[in-house]
Amino acid sequence: MTTTVMRDTDTGAEQPARLLAEVRDLTVRFVSREATVHAVNGVSFTLAPGEVLVILGESGSGKSVTLRALMRLLPPKRTVIEGSVRIAGHDVLALSPTALEEFRGAVASMIFQEPMTALDPVFTIGTQIAETIIRHEGVSRAEADRRALELLELVQIPSARRRLAAYPHELSGGLRQRAMIAIALACRPKLLLADEPTTALDATVQIQILLLLRKLKEELGMGVIFVTHDLGVAGEIADRVAVMYAGRFVESGEVGEVMKRPLHPYTQGLMGSTVHAGLRGTRLAAIPGAPPDLSRLPPGCAFAPRCAFAEPVCRERLPEEMHLPPRHMARCIRVAA
Amino acid sequence: MTSVYASRDPRDRGGPAQPLLSVRDLTRHFVLARGVFGLGRSAGVVRAVDGVSFTVAKGETLGIVGESGCGKSTTARLLMRLIEPDSGEVLFDGETVGGGGMELREMRRQMQMVFQDSYASLNPRLPIEDSIAFAPIVHGVPKARARAKARELLAAVGLAPDQFAQRYPHQLSGGQRQRVNIARALALEPRLIVLDEPVSALDKSVEAQVLNLLLDLKRDFALTYLFISHDLNVVQFVSDRVLVMYLGRVVEVGPVEAIYRTPRHPYTRALLASRPSMDPGRRMTEPPLSGDPPNPINPPSGCRFRTRCAFAEGVCAEREPALSGSFTGDAHLAACHMTAAGSGHSQAPGRG
Ligand SMILES: Nc1ncnc2c1ncn2[C@@H]1O[C@H](COP(=O)(O)OP(=O)(O)OP(=O)(O)O)[C@@H](O)[C@H]1O
Ligand SMILES: Nc1ncnc2c1ncn2[C@@H]1O[C@H](COP(=O)(O)OP(=O)(O)OP(=O)(O)O)[C@@H](O)[C@H]1O
Ligand code: SF4
Ligand code: SF4
Ligand SMILES: [Mg+2]
Ligand SMILES: [Mg+2]
Repeated sequence: MTTTVMRDTDTGAEQPARLLAEVRDLTVRFVSREATVHAVNGVSFTLAPGEVLVILGESGSGKSVTLRALMRLLPPKRTVIEGSVRIAGHDVLALSPTALEEFRGAVASMIFQEPMTALDPVFTIGTQIAETIIRHEGVSRAEADRRALELLELVQIPSARRRLAAYPHELSGGLRQRAMIAIALACRPKLLLADEPTTALDATVQIQILLLLRKLKEELGMGVIFVTHDLGVAGEIADRVAVMYAGRFVESGEVGEVMKRPLHPYTQGLMGSTVHAGLRGTRLAAIPGAPPDLSRLPPGCAFAPRCAFAEPVCRERLPEEMHLPPRHMARCIRVAA
Repeated sequence: MTSVYASRDPRDRGGPAQPLLSVRDLTRHFVLARGVFGLGRSAGVVRAVDGVSFTVAKGETLGIVGESGCGKSTTARLLMRLIEPDSGEVLFDGETVGGGGMELREMRRQMQMVFQDSYASLNPRLPIEDSIAFAPIVHGVPKARARAKARELLAAVGLAPDQFAQRYPHQLSGGQRQRVNIARALALEPRLIVLDEPVSALDKSVEAQVLNLLLDLKRDFALTYLFISHDLNVVQFVSDRVLVMYLGRVVEVGPVEAIYRTPRHPYTRALLASRPSMDPGRRMTEPPLSGDPPNPINPPSGCRFRTRCAFAEGVCAEREPALSGSFTGDAHLAACHMTAAGSGHSQAPGRG
């Protein structure tokens, strides 16, 4: 593990901290003959061990692409990735293919919205977990089987021993998601990347999985980056939140701060337009318009075409990150440092 | 006001007191074909909708909530007669549909549906103006008139006709496509619109736009809605009354305030309690329910919720609880032995 000097963004003071992840100026573009899609446009953040960062944003804002870039899971031919990504001491963007294989699973691993995309339909859950462990750690099959059972118990799958022999299609949605989490945790990663892992689940199952992830994080001390479009999910699991719009973090801070005092007009709009109890009989404060086309990103603040407070300067220059204590950042000209 | 308009509607038959839609014992089971592993085994039966009864009053919005697979969409499809029921009765403004009653064609004119997948009901090869005008033309409206109406409807759903009328579905965002679907559903001037997860695929900021639009249209066109969603917050926002389904059955129904403030069925209570709070200072520590909804192929005997219910007792496995209120004429009904006097459940109120 590296020891880095982290600039504490709110006080400006330098304080030594062991960072699990440090991402600087990450940009991701997809280049094809017809267009260049600017999916991620200068994202920077840090994550401490055991911390949960929730990336909150609407469809197409670049959440999944950001996560995939951290694992280098994007098609190499058509993707241009720039910036720096350090995770647990690894310079991820410089890893060789073999080092990358080793990195995935053992240092960072990922869970997805649809477990069926990550599970192999022709192998039992037990085999898939055991194979993952053997591949990474070269232990015996018996040892791997023992660990697989432990893992199913860890993710609270009832009758775990029996479930080792189950095929993915024999499990309910909630159990399948637990099985995917078990596989992701098989090699004790330091960082778990979660891409909307509860979005496809029913309400009563979603909260079970959220509480499970929270508990696992506590027990295993992993860092977690969790992507969602649901404010409630962020409220339930986040230590810090980053709000993403058109490939940029437009606001970030401690979850309580951002929820109580959103600074960026987009975050404010998102909260105003989220239906919750007590709004009955009122008109929802919808944000007009739609997010920009990422192949034709406007200069300046990408939210300007939908923003009620936009001024000419917003369209000319990208607003700077403005930092307010404690650890609250927003990219908007209306926020005074 | 809605009710004033409805009473002036020449199609209105029974007056404001007669429900626009009245559903009794609606049932549809799906017999599963034997799968590759099923040789020799008996094929399963999915009890997708199993004896569902409710009414929708003129001018109201009835919300239907429940988890995936509980039968919400099947109920909608049965009402629209996109699939045939095994049994049960559907009355539209007091009239049976088909078999000497109201013609299916006329029923489809008065009752329209909007689906979750905004692509599903739009022809990808037609400009959206033509998609909206299609049904009226089929129903005999002259082409020019139907087109003009389509442009009016585009304006009504907030899409400038000059800019959008000639676009194809793939040239629209999800929210815009859903507006087109709503315009299409309005084209035959229906009285009832069945909305099956109409905003579930949309982003929050766009969801709010479409919900506002639906409320405006309801007022302007004197509509009645059946609004299906798994999002409890959305259902609370739009509904006058709410119906909760579990594994093909109605477990609770009542006025929106009653359901959200004093839910009676343990499943409704757990469902409401499962909503993540937006306040990080008040996080949940225990999930309200454990396990997943059971397989609809072999639902539990008696009360179908009993395998997940913390209050289940012997009687819950033996007899299926009936929907009942706390007093005669109660509009708030629940199907749980704990709320039925003399059911034999230890928590049930005494007979009286
Ligand atoms: N392989 C790819 N090639 C080209 N464009 C891509 C590729 N992957 C993603 N994109 C584009 O990058 C943008 C960001 O996509 P991303 O998947 O990160 O969105 P998201 O925030 O995860 O949205 P959602 O909530 O819908 O999952 C989108 O415009 C998307 O179309
Ligand atoms: N044509 C069919 N053949 C077999 N089973 C079906 C068919 N249509 C629906 N089902 C089953 O009936 C049950 C109810 O399905 P339905 O689509 O009505 O659920 P729903 O409440 O709309 O769920 P969701 O929230 O996922 O949309 C499910 O178990 C489903 O798999
Ligand atoms: S920078 Fe300008 S356009 Fe962007 S959010 Fe702030 S006020 Fe609105
Ligand atoms: S009938 Fe019994 S099992 Fe069903 S909800 Fe009521 S108490 Fe629970
Ligand atoms: Mg995504
Ligand atoms: Mg459905």
